[in-house]
Amino acid sequence: MKGSPRFAVLALALLLSLGAATALAQTAITTGSKAFTENVILGELLARLAADAGAVAEHKTQLGGTRILWNALQRGDIDAYVEYTGTLSQEILADSGATTEDEIRAALAAQGIVMTRPLGFNNTYALGMREDVAAEHGITAISDLRDHPDLDLGFTNEFMDRGDGWPALRDHYALPHKRVRGLDHDLAYRGIEQGAIAVTDLYSTDAEIRYYELRVLRDDLSLFPPYEAVVVYRSDLEHRAPEVATAFRRLEGRVPEAEMIGMNARARLARIPEGRVAADFLATTFQVDSVVVVDTWLQRLGRNTSAHLLLVLVALAAGIAIAVPTGIIASRHEVAGQIALGLTGILQTVPALALLVLMIPLVGINAPPAILALFLYSLLPMVRNTCDGIRSIPASTWESATALGLSSGARLRLVELPLAMPSILAGVKIAAVQLVGFATLGAFVGAGGYGQPILTGIRLDDFGLILEGALPAAGLALVTQGVFELGERGLVSKGLRLRPETG
Amino acid sequence: MPPTDELSPAFEMRDVSKTFDGVAAVAGVSFNVAAGSTTVLIGPSGCGKSTLLRLMVGLLTPDRGEVRFGDAPITAANVTALRHRMGYVIQDGGLFPHLTARRNVSLMASHLGWSADRVTARTEELSALTQFPADGLDRFPTQLSGGQRQRVSLMRALMLDPDVLLMDEPLGALDPMIRADLQQELRDIFRTLGKTVVMVTHDLREARYFGDAIVLLRDGRLVQEGPFGSLVDEPAEAFVGDFVRAQQMAREGADA
Repeated sequence: MKGSPRFAVLALALLLSLGAATALAQTAITTGSKAFTENVILGELLARLAADAGAVAEHKTQLGGTRILWNALQRGDIDAYVEYTGTLSQEILADSGATTEDEIRAALAAQGIVMTRPLGFNNTYALGMREDVAAEHGITAISDLRDHPDLDLGFTNEFMDRGDGWPALRDHYALPHKRVRGLDHDLAYRGIEQGAIAVTDLYSTDAEIRYYELRVLRDDLSLFPPYEAVVVYRSDLEHRAPEVATAFRRLEGRVPEAEMIGMNARARLARIPEGRVAADFLATTFQVDSVVVVDTWLQRLGRNTSAHLLLVLVALAAGIAIAVPTGIIASRHEVAGQIALGLTGILQTVPALALLVLMIPLVGINAPPAILALFLYSLLPMVRNTCDGIRSIPASTWESATALGLSSGARLRLVELPLAMPSILAGVKIAAVQLVGFATLGAFVGAGGYGQPILTGIRLDDFGLILEGALPAAGLALVTQGVFELGERGLVSKGLRLRPETG
Repeated sequence: MPPTDELSPAFEMRDVSKTFDGVAAVAGVSFNVAAGSTTVLIGPSGCGKSTLLRLMVGLLTPDRGEVRFGDAPITAANVTALRHRMGYVIQDGGLFPHLTARRNVSLMASHLGWSADRVTARTEELSALTQFPADGLDRFPTQLSGGQRQRVSLMRALMLDPDVLLMDEPLGALDPMIRADLQQELRDIFRTLGKTVVMVTHDLREARYFGDAIVLLRDGRLVQEGPFGSLVDEPAEAFVGDFVRAQQMAREGADA
């Protein structure tokens, strides 16, 4: 037993290192954010505070909208994000009727979610005027507008249409204005700068408030519900990582409106990365140092490409595995075929984003919901083309194969599939090219890919960033097309590619 | 000379009926195909001759009656194995466009596990028999002429050395010159091999040329069965005489 002492030493070393690793193991904390700049900055803040408290923190940035974040939080895909009390009461807890801060907190607690005290700013609908124009007319509150019926009002189209937007505002304040129009958000700011309109709607922490020197009119008759920013986090954090929960609570009351507007302005107008903006805030407010890593263009491209390819390839492979056999069955049984084509057709009519969001309660966020949605989308062209390809085989060819004495399995393998291959491949190609495009939506659920820079670009109004995602996505679609044309040479018999000889 | 009746018949049709969408394609047809003979099924379009051939090769199953091959009825359980003893040739050849002539011919044998040497030897034997050019074997069907395609189709049908050959208008798609040449070759091949042949045609001259026995059909019913002479000399009903005369007139018109 010569080897045994050595073995014992080895085992001991292993145990010790395992023990050390366990002792050093840090809690992993994932924060999330909605797809607008303020929330992304706040998501960064949370992640950096968690890291400072000793956790391994990750920020799943710009995860689409409220539903996605809320579902992810409930499932534990993320541990915390910043929400607004108005959204909590009107959207998330609409059924419970909770409106006051305490009611909301109690209703959330019942669902295992902790809500901090307000961070210090209220991001609600507001009306804004150029400071000099407002001063000239002596307007400080919305009800002051009643005395100036000749002012031009220009509201964003969304605000014009929403029941709680312009119609509610007009009725609540009895505003007599006749000259009211709807326009695009960016145009509204330009219009107000040039004096084409005097009043517009905005969010009370918009960066542009400072940039265009706007006065925010007081909602003196309390029409707009408060949208106080609060951190919501999973209550299990209090046991799992109490120091992280404590760190989150440090933000309570420490982010006043001016501070938030300033941070928004730095990110949106000065194009400073949100991570840097958040780090600077933490350094000045809490003397917390945090590392700011800014990836190079090439690093981002590499990361986005691999994430994008993962989504497309996994979804396509699963799609082929299901769609081709389904198409074969559909080609043989009229009723089964109609059912299969009907179901996959219905799937195609579900808007991509809706399909994506529907997947979240099933599989959470990140790559799985995107892959599942892409998989469902890929089915129709492949099922249909497989079915059509087999059905379009001439009856005489099919009879010849059968009369030869081929079993149905051998006939499928040796005759039907090879003959249907051009059609099947065309279906796979359509699906693949579609998926390359659809996969950009994966960014809404944290799956990454080329949608990530596109989403950020749209959010920051940065055309360069949009191109950083759109160009490689278009390129990948072309490459995909090319790959399939090459693949056709390998997979489709020369006999099917030959043109019949003339003469 | 028609063969003697000592051998049991290759096929036995017993009161066979087949209906498509309420229309009787074949209605109560009974006849035997003598082993080693050539039987021709003839009649105007829609008379049910192709349907009968499909019933024989088991592509269709009769609604009523029984199709017997050798001494057993064709059933779903035995049809695949029985087909290895039948060769089936159709009008346009029915070749697999994705396979070369060689692969078309050898597909079934290879699938049944024949050795490569055996497959090659048999293919060469058949290519000599059907006078198919050796350099055409590695071409795809689209690269072959109509006559060559029919030769490949015949080789494919003969590959497993079946007991019977079932041919549906095998020369129907060919132009007249090639058709005449191939007719002669085909009859020589039948005589060399001594196989039972069932052939469908709409051309009475072709029927007379090939057929030891002729089965004349009309509207899914068997009108008369026997050697060509008996159709001329002892027509079973007025239709038989009309059919023979119409074919002769059509030919004279064409020849004039």
